[in-house]
Amino acid sequence: MQYLFYLFAAISVLSGLFVVTARNPVNSVIALIVCFLSIAGHYILLNAQFLAMVQVIVYTGAIMVLFLFVIMLLNLNNSTEPQKTLLTRIAAVVAGGVFLLTLLAATRQGVEIAAANPADASVGLVSHVGMALFKDFLLPFEVSSVLFLSAMVGALMLGKKEKVAA
Amino acid sequence: MEPVVTAIRQVPLEHYVALSFILFSIGLTGALFRRNTIIILMCLELMFNSVNLLLTAFSAHHSDPGGQVFVFFTMLVAAAEVTVGLAILVMMKRNVDSVDINQLNRLKG
Repeated sequence: MQYLFYLFAAISVLSGLFVVTARNPVNSVIALIVCFLSIAGHYILLNAQFLAMVQVIVYTGAIMVLFLFVIMLLNLNNSTEPQKTLLTRIAAVVAGGVFLLTLLAATRQGVEIAAANPADASVGLVSHVGMALFKDFLLPFEVSSVLFLSAMVGALMLGKKEKVAA
Repeated sequence: MEPVVTAIRQVPLEHYVALSFILFSIGLTGALFRRNTIIILMCLELMFNSVNLLLTAFSAHHSDPGGQVFVFFTMLVAAAEVTVGLAILVMMKRNVDSVDINQLNRLKG
């Protein structure tokens, strides 16, 4: 159980690093898919079965395939890859490292928070999340469908070819 | 059902916090490190996922389904954001024939 957590953690961190360092965008996408699958493994370890399935279907199944389609549509590869100067890269790594240090130092002395609810093993099951979604969060759930509609219309309008000499 | 709860709590919450901080920092570093717009969008997704993992870990440890519902909404917003972002990327490639983020500096005074 714990070993699985550390295994998934190592996979997600290594593939995350590969996303940043890979030259070819297709390799980055593949590494990100591996990272998302390992995060789905974390969800299963946390008994969040609904989220694990949504992660696999929505993230790795839909969003990453969309990324892959766009990369292949635009024909991106090593030769079209823009490069930053060495100074900017060093500055980026230093900024990220300092940010990580700050976060870890801020949470090093943990505060004990008492659990708000009694221990319940069924909290991540589909029926439980569904009850919360359709009882307490019904209005946001319906509003999110409007968000999707507007995103769809926006993507269509942006993707449409503009008329020449407008 | 009790064995499931003890199995979940075998991994301390601090380790989940540390893992999601590491993933968030990797995403942040990548967004600063790369100039390719599509890689920057992917690093944004990585940051989204680290926050989702943290929300789920707290939700599972504290037996509150609200956190997992929030993760679900985050995924919805991420899907909408990626759709529009990639459409903008395709438009950018068509107009300036590049995916370099530094081409988009015309708003600079």
